[in-house]
Amino acid sequence: MDAPVIKKKLGLKDRYAAMTRGLAWDTTYQPMEKVFPFDQYEGIKIHDWDKWEDPFRLTMDAYWKYQGEKEKKLYAVIEAFAQNNGQLGISDARYVNALKLFIQGVTPLEYYAHRGFAHVGRHFTGAGARVAAQMQSIDELRHYQTETHALSHYNKYFNGLHQPTQWFDRVWYLSVPKSFFEDALSGGPFEFLTAVSFSFEYVLTNLLFVPFMSGAAHNGDMSTVTFGFSAQSDESRHMTLGIECIKFMLEQDPANVPIVQRWIDKWFWRGYRLLTLVAMMQDYMLPKRVMSWKESWEMYVEENGGALFRDLARYGIREPKGWKQACEGKDHISHQAWNTFYNYGAAAPFHTWIPKEDELQWLSEKYPDTFDKYYRPRFEYLREEQKAGRRIYSKTLPMLCNTCQIPLLFTEPGDPTKICHRETEYKGDKYHFCSDGCKDVFEHEPEKYVQSWLPVQQIYQGHCFKPGVDPTAEGFDPLLAVLDWYGMNVGRDNFDFEGSEDQKNFAAWRGDPVPGATAAADQGAQP
Amino acid sequence: MSVTALKPYDFPAKDVRANFPAPLLFIGWDEHLMFPCPVALPLPADMPFGALAQAVLPGVYGVHPDFDRIDWNEVQWFKSGQPWTPDPAKSLADNGLGHKDAIRFRTPGLTGIQGSFS
Repeated sequence: MDAPVIKKKLGLKDRYAAMTRGLAWDTTYQPMEKVFPFDQYEGIKIHDWDKWEDPFRLTMDAYWKYQGEKEKKLYAVIEAFAQNNGQLGISDARYVNALKLFIQGVTPLEYYAHRGFAHVGRHFTGAGARVAAQMQSIDELRHYQTETHALSHYNKYFNGLHQPTQWFDRVWYLSVPKSFFEDALSGGPFEFLTAVSFSFEYVLTNLLFVPFMSGAAHNGDMSTVTFGFSAQSDESRHMTLGIECIKFMLEQDPANVPIVQRWIDKWFWRGYRLLTLVAMMQDYMLPKRVMSWKESWEMYVEENGGALFRDLARYGIREPKGWKQACEGKDHISHQAWNTFYNYGAAAPFHTWIPKEDELQWLSEKYPDTFDKYYRPRFEYLREEQKAGRRIYSKTLPMLCNTCQIPLLFTEPGDPTKICHRETEYKGDKYHFCSDGCKDVFEHEPEKYVQSWLPVQQIYQGHCFKPGVDPTAEGFDPLLAVLDWYGMNVGRDNFDFEGSEDQKNFAAWRGDPVPGATAAADQGAQP
Repeated sequence: MSVTALKPYDFPAKDVRANFPAPLLFIGWDEHLMFPCPVALPLPADMPFGALAQAVLPGVYGVHPDFDRIDWNEVQWFKSGQPWTPDPAKSLADNGLGHKDAIRFRTPGLTGIQGSFS
């Protein structure tokens, strides 16, 4: 009898099968549904996990090799940037505030994504989907680390970068990204993938990455650009996971369609609201502008997204419920958000400012229908007040939306003169929202959102002071006590860019005339 | 609808009245969006409504050039978006204001910086 020929090397296809599906097994000591309790309770019916297609066919050994090589290149660039004092080559010290917003509000989300995908990778019963989720989990952890490493260089020279993780847990506007992701993490695995992989990564991610990374390129920040390139190849894999997951759910059972549609409605709206911060960054925080928020919205969402939902129509999926309102918002939200941060600039660990004259002109050109009519007058007035030594800071805490946790700064659809406000009642208490979209999210799962950790309400409940602080003591300043609890260096991390330490240092390092040398220019810094 | 969950899902609401030293009131000034959003204030239930205009709102909106020009007899009030006529002499509670109520006021003739609703 001939001895069987042992093939030493597997072909690509067999190798992929062995390294993914081949690693999975069904449990026998305990029933499968006890070991995997999460993959059925959401109501999504899966009949055959083998129908899951992973278009990348990436196995873990290949993953390590590719990522290791990418990482080597990235760290060489970060190192060179530091050696050459790359921070001096950026367009303007105002640009660093975009990086502050990034490390405060985006980087911690990478870590949350790492945890979320690890959870999904543990709890799906389909091996192909599990491997894809596990790889993404590692990607997200790498992104968290490489972003932190890349931006740590700036922390040596600029304020507002020194404790992003504590700020993420405590500072009022960072509850917007934080609550977004905690909402996704506390859903089941299918909702998590619809939220993060599909609605965020597939539909909206270009609106996050392209402005930040091309913004970095335009403003001379090669370190961030390189990080962006390194992440970009992962992003395309993540987007594919998003669309694959959606199509898989829709193909497996028609009963899945209404559940998926509701998630798409919810997470499109939640993602859109979250991106308000990016809209503001793009139109106001980049000294050298790339394109307007409105232009990116039209290109990446209206064109690409429109085609996507026409394609999904064959499964019975329509465009997300808030689509039209979101498209209308492109003319307004960046201006409304910047005005809000300008007003509350004493309580945020980054600087705000009134755009320079040529920047106001750019905004007028990019927003011909709205900027001069509604927004320019308020910025010009605020500028005049600031010049006269009366920089306006709002000191009364804002009313927040119970779902997205953004202050009620958005206007009524079709009427930019009126704040949009919705309210509902649940178990005898009133709840308030910035939009129909956020109200719908609450009303579908009120038990979840009555637990919202709303920063303003928490401050008024006395939960945002350091231990031992006595709010009844004479001369107690609640705002300062809150900023102390945030861990902000008051006078360095916050207030206007005009007169800030960042501004003065940057000018001194570059040998530019130091602003603030004249008395009038110095008046922006203090309230 | 309610939460889809593996186990019984029942957690306390965070912002009930008992958790605050005073009821929370939300206040907005229509057509003056230089102040970007309505504000939240814990205010004693026995405070007279008239004290809002006299003692509370100047600290919130006083820096606006329109604020000193407000004729408080002409001001239109809204509660939960509906027209509403409060009695300035009565307390917030006697005017029917409870925890987390939202009110707005409109100042006819005043439309913000250069009529831009700012």
